[in-house]
Amino acid sequence: MSNINKENKPTKNILGVLVQNQPGVLAHVAGMFAARGFNIDSLVVGRTEDPSLSRMVIVTSGDQATLEQIRKQLGKIVTVVKVRNYSEQECVERDLLLIQVHCPPEKRSDLFELTNVFRGTVVDVGSKSLIIQLTGTEKKIEAFIEVCRPYGILQLSRTGLIAMPRAPHKTGE
Amino acid sequence: MANTLTGGRPGHRWDGLGVPEITIGTLLERIKTMAKKAESTVSSRSSQSPLSQAGKVWNGAQILHQVLIEEGVEHIFGYTGGAVLPIFDVLYDSPIKFILTRHEQGGAHAADAYARATGRVGVVIATSGPGATNLTTGLATAYMDSSPVVAITGQVRTHLIGNDAFQEADVTGITRPITKHNVLVKDIKDLGHIIKECFHIARTGRPSPVLIDIPVDISSGKIEGPIDTEMQIPGYRPRFKGHLRQIQLAANLINESHKPVLYVGGGVIISQASDLIRQLAIKANIPVTTTLMGLGTFDETHPLALKMLGMHGTAYANYAVQESDLLIAVGARFDDRVTGKLDTFAPHAKVIHIDIDPASISKNVKVDVPVVGDAQQILGELVKLVEPNPRTDWLEQIEQWKKKYPLKYDTQSNTIKPQYVIETLGRLADGDAVITTGVGQHQMWAAQFFNYTTPRQFITSGGLGTMGFGLPAAIGAQIARPDKIVIDIDGDSSFSMTLVELATIAQYKLPIKIALISNTFQGMVRQWQELFYDRRYSQTKMYLPNFAKIAEGFGIKAIVVTDKNQVEDVIAQALKEDGPVLMDFHVEPEENVWPMVAPAKSLHEMELGRLA
Repeated sequence: MSNINKENKPTKNILGVLVQNQPGVLAHVAGMFAARGFNIDSLVVGRTEDPSLSRMVIVTSGDQATLEQIRKQLGKIVTVVKVRNYSEQECVERDLLLIQVHCPPEKRSDLFELTNVFRGTVVDVGSKSLIIQLTGTEKKIEAFIEVCRPYGILQLSRTGLIAMPRAPHKTGE
Repeated sequence: MANTLTGGRPGHRWDGLGVPEITIGTLLERIKTMAKKAESTVSSRSSQSPLSQAGKVWNGAQILHQVLIEEGVEHIFGYTGGAVLPIFDVLYDSPIKFILTRHEQGGAHAADAYARATGRVGVVIATSGPGATNLTTGLATAYMDSSPVVAITGQVRTHLIGNDAFQEADVTGITRPITKHNVLVKDIKDLGHIIKECFHIARTGRPSPVLIDIPVDISSGKIEGPIDTEMQIPGYRPRFKGHLRQIQLAANLINESHKPVLYVGGGVIISQASDLIRQLAIKANIPVTTTLMGLGTFDETHPLALKMLGMHGTAYANYAVQESDLLIAVGARFDDRVTGKLDTFAPHAKVIHIDIDPASISKNVKVDVPVVGDAQQILGELVKLVEPNPRTDWLEQIEQWKKKYPLKYDTQSNTIKPQYVIETLGRLADGDAVITTGVGQHQMWAAQFFNYTTPRQFITSGGLGTMGFGLPAAIGAQIARPDKIVIDIDGDSSFSMTLVELATIAQYKLPIKIALISNTFQGMVRQWQELFYDRRYSQTKMYLPNFAKIAEGFGIKAIVVTDKNQVEDVIAQALKEDGPVLMDFHVEPEENVWPMVAPAKSLHEMELGRLA
């Protein structure tokens, strides 16, 4: 018999967690992660098409056994209606970034161009800075942050990842 | 029926003498009528619940009470307070009997033990703030041992919540990690369905405590019927039926195995599957070891019984597990006190794990064939698929271990050996008593030396290891099982933690027998200090009061036993008494519990101690 805690390498996983829209649910989910020593890389919660339900998208990392435990422990919470592992299927993934970059007037055109390359939007122009909004996968967001770094990042804020499984392909394709 | 089992209700003056004597016979009669009443309530509740009537005006406490009645609640434990005044006002002339413990922790333990002794939901009420925080040890105890308890707490008025009001505490926040579910009721409209949901959640799936926090303006607030009692828990779908393919795979593994062991936990008691464990074991000649929580699922006097496994399990149980080629875990969770060092636990064995909680599967050890569902349902299928097999060699091997390494102690000693006290209790109670315990050495000896034959006979704090559990648990068990002799086998230190509940025992004239294993130490910690800290007995020597005088102060008969030759007579006499008795056995102070698997060691590396 083998010790379950000594197997597999850590991987990143995206969980879609449908929960009842009730007070305390977020505390319950976050508390469970803390109490059992699981990692949360990001957690986004928002309303859904059904006002009685909210959806959390949780990005977490751990070995296979840990991820399995996370999924099961989430399932045990009474106010959790459904847990899906988005990493097991094709998903659309999006993160939203707001980044304020140091930008004297002479550098504006550079940054505007960069923003266009990444298909971002400049949402605020100040005398010495710009705020740029960008959506995309985490990878793209991180790449853009690196590109901005040399200009001087004044502050940045990210929503964390949300995701949605793509419609299944037709059979035979 | 003014004064019954529960004596005076809250609000009645109790003079300690006004409660009439009751015999077991009258109690049995009463239980039967109560059971009948409960049945008729259950069958009629859906169609004729007064809650469904339009136009009737209810206050919150009345709604709570009506749902409690419809849920078949007959006893409630707990304590009063400002934020639960409306609830206690309804209880004043209720058919539900209230047992006033002297501390909310005692109330929670009593409700927990009530649930464990019967399988029904135990109910405890406490007020806001300190009342609720005092429940937490009891809730955590029940949570770790999967016991269905519904805790109802008062809360400050809704507009004061978050204001640091008098006796305010964030009770749902505090109890979230130690309950299966908890709810702060914010609108009286939701009260009816929330209470229903909480009872349903507490008793189904893997049973656990659930807490309902009711602000005092909700319990005193008014609403016109019909009251919504429709459950709204879309996320709660416990799996009941095991997957047939998995059951077939399990049966195949069992049929192919040469050296299987059944490893049985408290889940089997909860699912009332003990009889099927017995059938399975006997049909396929599979030896059975139980966890602490599983004691009583399999008659320990049966030749296939290996008794308890793990840190203080029998040597033959641990050897059998380590040698086995198949471990069939049923309603058990591979606790660290059971497995010892995980890497070398049952090294040759494949594992079948039957459990209602999917999160228990492959949590600590990798399972080859998991079967998620109710043990009774799954075992029912499994027994049919398993082939008879004599397994002569395996049973022969186990018989040899049993002969070579029996549980034993020094019977020639002049002092009173704690094991002797417990063995004698078991013999004189004829294996037919409900035992509760505290936590520590006495608990382990009670697990080792009392032969358990039936489920729900042994009530102990296994997972949390709560000292002080024994006495209030005995109260809950005796209320639940007035037909049984209830014995609290307790340690002097454990007993000291909750001994105020002697007052409750006296008030309700509960005929509980207390066997105090007084060794003047916090014995188990002292044992570890002896073995691992060079006998430096830091803070483990107890300054003890005269327990007999304390008991007598509460009006409870007490006997101090210092001579080995008195033990048998004292126990025999105590068991015959109609009322409660405290027996204070002054035992060998530095006796150790053997065998012992030292922390982080493998089961086969257990030290046999003086057995060797």
